[in-house]
Amino acid sequence: MSSLSSSRVVPGSGYTAVLTGFTAGAMAFLTVFALALALSAGRLADRWAQTLAQTATLRINAPAAQMPAQTATVLEILRTTPGVASHRVMEAEEQRALLAPWFGPEIPVETLALPRMIEVIEAPGGFDPVNLRLRLTAEAPGAVLDDHSRWRRPIVAAATGLRGLAVLALVLIGGATAAMITLAASFSLAANAPVIKVLRLVGARDAFIARAFVRRFTLRALGGAALGVLAGALALAALPGVEETDAAILAGLGLQGADWLWLAAIPPTAALVAALATLAAAIRVLRRQT
Amino acid sequence: MITLKKVGQRYGDHELFRDVDLSIPSGAFHFLTGPSGAGKTTLLKLCYGDLQASAGKVELFGSSLREMSRDALAQARQRIGVVHQDCTFLDHLTVAENVALPYIAAGRPVVAGDRDALLAWVGLDAHADAYPPTLSGGERQRLALARAVILSPEVVLADEPTGNIDWDMSLRLLGLLVELNRMGTAVVIATHDMQLIRAAKAHVSARVLRISQGQLLTAGADL
Repeated sequence: MSSLSSSRVVPGSGYTAVLTGFTAGAMAFLTVFALALALSAGRLADRWAQTLAQTATLRINAPAAQMPAQTATVLEILRTTPGVASHRVMEAEEQRALLAPWFGPEIPVETLALPRMIEVIEAPGGFDPVNLRLRLTAEAPGAVLDDHSRWRRPIVAAATGLRGLAVLALVLIGGATAAMITLAASFSLAANAPVIKVLRLVGARDAFIARAFVRRFTLRALGGAALGVLAGALALAALPGVEETDAAILAGLGLQGADWLWLAAIPPTAALVAALATLAAAIRVLRRQT
Repeated sequence: MITLKKVGQRYGDHELFRDVDLSIPSGAFHFLTGPSGAGKTTLLKLCYGDLQASAGKVELFGSSLREMSRDALAQARQRIGVVHQDCTFLDHLTVAENVALPYIAAGRPVVAGDRDALLAWVGLDAHADAYPPTLSGGERQRLALARAVILSPEVVLADEPTGNIDWDMSLRLLGLLVELNRMGTAVVIATHDMQLIRAAKAHVSARVLRISQGQLLTAGADL
């Protein structure tokens, strides 16, 4: 004779078991990607903000005859500007590489009237761009300072927005999971009305009956979510890696290092959501049934 | 233990019975008879709180049913063994597990010895690992009785407990109920079977109640 535990008083199989397991699995699979997106977006926002914030570019537009003099003036200004860690004039090779995507690799930059580019690296405290622009206007009118703020702001805003969307997706996935499991639990409670009647006949309290359903749905959700996370993790690991040289802007998408540990939190969270949703459904249904 | 005071029950415009007074004290043995549809099953349901009376007052173990919390009603039901006419079970559990169900619901450890002895007593020991849908009507009634008495309840309410079983087994089950009654358990049996009532009266002092035309009366001459 098998031993009877309270968890077995509710029939274990049926339509709702499959639905709960599948829902938890599918939602966990989606959660893996939403979580990866949220973590990646946060990391990218920080990295892009940091990278662009530490550099600036000076462009000197001047007739060829004045170019050496203005370049020397600008370099002297930079040398004496507080907050500038280093600066260097970009080589012809670097300018050729920058223009290559549009004009091809053989572009004769030496013969073109291209502006002279100076890369400026900021010290940790940064420099005062307003003051620097005033000095450049006065002493080297052909020099234009680009502190990347007009690039940085939309990129950081986009990354921050992306992170917000990913967090919203996580919340929606959690809500949808709770809604689906509530429906499944309500259906199961209604379908098991004869079981509930027998349990009440032998003196079972509402808390005992609710616990039996909660345990059943929590375990189904936990199992489904574990499989969903496993599938999501494998899919994420199988995604083609983005080489830094091909698309540096995309580097860092996906999960890195300790990020993978976050995945371990998904099945217990799904189980908790299922437990709360089932408990709420059970309390509502049991109060309605005599 | 169970008291009904001026209890009436109606379903819509149809009045099933009215002004019913009934007391089931410890050690009582009552038979409840009457024609089909007279309200025997309804009266039993009122006695274990499965229904609220349309009028009057039902008290279970000193507490008014109307004012009982759901938990208090569940606790009261652990003190009442009920044998339903339709014998419903948890079909996904074995016979042995169904018999042990009151232990689980009460949060008490299953006493395997008591369970197995009871199964043997009702002749279901060979079916301990079977599932209820595979049992015959008579076997289901024996199973229902075993489940009702396993916790040694203070009251047993049985609705046609011998309806589908042969005379020998009926006497055997009656013997079990008489034995429980001698130990102080109050027993109420709703039945049409006058032969069973006569057989019981040979062993126990039983009161026979007849419900008919909306009234609950003490029966006499017809027995």
